[in-house]
Amino acid sequence: MLEIKDLHAQVNGSEILNGVTLRVNAGEVHAIMGPNGSGKSTLAQVLAGRETYDVTKGEVLFDGKNLLEMDPEERAREGLFMAFQYPVEIPGVSNTYFLKSALNAIRKHRGQDELDAIEFLQLVKERMKLVEMDESLLNRPVNEGFSGGEKKRNEIFHMAVLEPRLAILDETDSGLDIDALRIVADGVNKLKRKDNAIIVVTHYQRLLNYIIPDYVHVLVDGRIVKSGSKELALELEEKGYDWVKEKAEVEEAR
Amino acid sequence: MKSITEQAAWYQSVFDALEKSLNGEAQSGFHVLRKKALNRFKEMGFPTTRNEEWKFTNITPLATTPFTPVPAGTVARIAPSAVKHYLIPEAHSLVFVDGHFSRDLSTIGEMPDGVIVCSLAEASRRHAALLERELARHAPGEENSFVALNTAFSLDGAFVSIPDGVRLTEPVHMLFLSTGKPQALIPPRNLFLVGAEGQVSLVETYAALNDGVYFTNVVSELLAGEGALIEHDKLQNESRSSYHISWTHIVQQARSTVTSNLVAMGGSIARSNITTVFEGEKGLCTLNGLTLAAGTQLIDNHTTIDHASPHCESHELYKAVLDGKAHGVFNGKIFVRKDAQKTDAKQTNQTLLLSDDAVIDTKPQLEIFADDVKCTHGATVGQLDADQIFYLRSRGLNLLQAKDMLTFAFAADVVHRIHVESLRERLVSLIHDKLHEGRISS
Repeated sequence: MLEIKDLHAQVNGSEILNGVTLRVNAGEVHAIMGPNGSGKSTLAQVLAGRETYDVTKGEVLFDGKNLLEMDPEERAREGLFMAFQYPVEIPGVSNTYFLKSALNAIRKHRGQDELDAIEFLQLVKERMKLVEMDESLLNRPVNEGFSGGEKKRNEIFHMAVLEPRLAILDETDSGLDIDALRIVADGVNKLKRKDNAIIVVTHYQRLLNYIIPDYVHVLVDGRIVKSGSKELALELEEKGYDWVKEKAEVEEAR
Repeated sequence: MKSITEQAAWYQSVFDALEKSLNGEAQSGFHVLRKKALNRFKEMGFPTTRNEEWKFTNITPLATTPFTPVPAGTVARIAPSAVKHYLIPEAHSLVFVDGHFSRDLSTIGEMPDGVIVCSLAEASRRHAALLERELARHAPGEENSFVALNTAFSLDGAFVSIPDGVRLTEPVHMLFLSTGKPQALIPPRNLFLVGAEGQVSLVETYAALNDGVYFTNVVSELLAGEGALIEHDKLQNESRSSYHISWTHIVQQARSTVTSNLVAMGGSIARSNITTVFEGEKGLCTLNGLTLAAGTQLIDNHTTIDHASPHCESHELYKAVLDGKAHGVFNGKIFVRKDAQKTDAKQTNQTLLLSDDAVIDTKPQLEIFADDVKCTHGATVGQLDADQIFYLRSRGLNLLQAKDMLTFAFAADVVHRIHVESLRERLVSLIHDKLHEGRISS
């Protein structure tokens, strides 16, 4: 589904991604872990199409298509979704109005009929249960005045409505208390299917107790220095990132 | 018509012609005011950019064009079907074509006892004493060229009088339609009198059936009695080659509440002045404004809130969306007089620039002479937020959809404060049209 080959990216001339190579197949859950500043969020944002980053080298294929050539909205319409680490507040635009516009843009792209107000409302009511979202958040302006936890929940709610084929969750666990974390993770798990894939970007192992990854990758200085099964996350939790960093340096020295 | 002398001579000759057509009415008391106003206009001439109040708004194209009022007998006949689209269904409607009241196009329903809704011309016949007492007594004709010019040439307009304690449930809509007749001077004069505890919603709409270089120069006076509750909405959607200058002068007695909502989107050069004076204690005034300008439009809004009495509260929110090479001007004066203790005044001015060539001149102007007051003001000028645009795009909206959604939300914030429902709905669709137009022109 997703193939990242030797991806290099810069911001303001400084290299953040330094040759990332990763392959994600349908039905898989991948976790990308790493210390602060390792490039995790940059990777998520580059995949979503953030223009502040310059891709200087490498290739990303999404279902065989060149992802990097697409505008952010094309990526979304092709089925890519990023849950923001810091969801953006949009004053004056109601959450449902925005979501309906987004869903219909995606449906139109897929050659499906646009949903009318009633059909959309039915869908929304059903999907908001997945993240136990308060109904009052539907008609409020997008993320405005939402608590940190409500914002993160809203991101997963958007995901539930838009049904992406590939979801990238950028530090969705940060700022969540343990109950909210469990609810959000349960929501994500319910959305997991054989024909979609999820990339979980996180600093801590905590979220991975609830969303069980098939693969764990460790990103250090803009490169994946170690990949493994879900046990790798536990090992990292125990030994810290310095352990893989040192190992990586040793390997590089060889 | 470049020099002030030439301009004065032109309007004198237009006035002489008008006077001849008035016959017996030229002897009336109001005509004395007209003559005085013309002389005052001739002394002052049109303001130039050397005048601090007109520093950012160069009206040379207006001043050098020889405008003349449209004679009553020559007003084009308009089919009701052509007007329907501009009307507010739930309102009593007074329709004016090129400045003249049209009985055929107007619909004035049944009124509670004592309420008067009619044209000013009719009021001058039937309610002469009332007019004599109030008309042209409030707007500052002595020091203002445009008010003087309006007074000199005004023959008609709207007259609304609400007696003490009466609430008019339906809004009163005054629709000023231009046929786009070249060099037409359209000088409506409106007078709104609301008695103690009276309630009314007033809507002024300015629109054009065709484009043309005409000039609307309107003056509205609004007197709010003690405890009155008034909404005054104005939609300025003149044609793109026209000029629009308006003065709205509000006088508030004790405990009165006035909300003024202005949406300015038409004209080549448009200037709106809204002034409110608190003449009694515990008044509340809310001024909301929205400018939408594109192409080479110049839209200027000046407001003055005169806290002349203690314990009054004013809230002001003026927003502008500027695209293309549009030029916006905002000047917000707040005076707090020496005795106006416990004044609470808040002013906010926000501008969204959609293009690199759009310009805003914004000037909050607070002059405070009392010491126990709360006055705040803030002005922001910005572009659409890149993070917001990316967020919307990352969910599937294209760049234009994202920009429109954000721009619309910014503008709709003002529209949502209007209580006349079908006006609000009409504005929503006008804003969408305007955003679309801005996109094409830039």
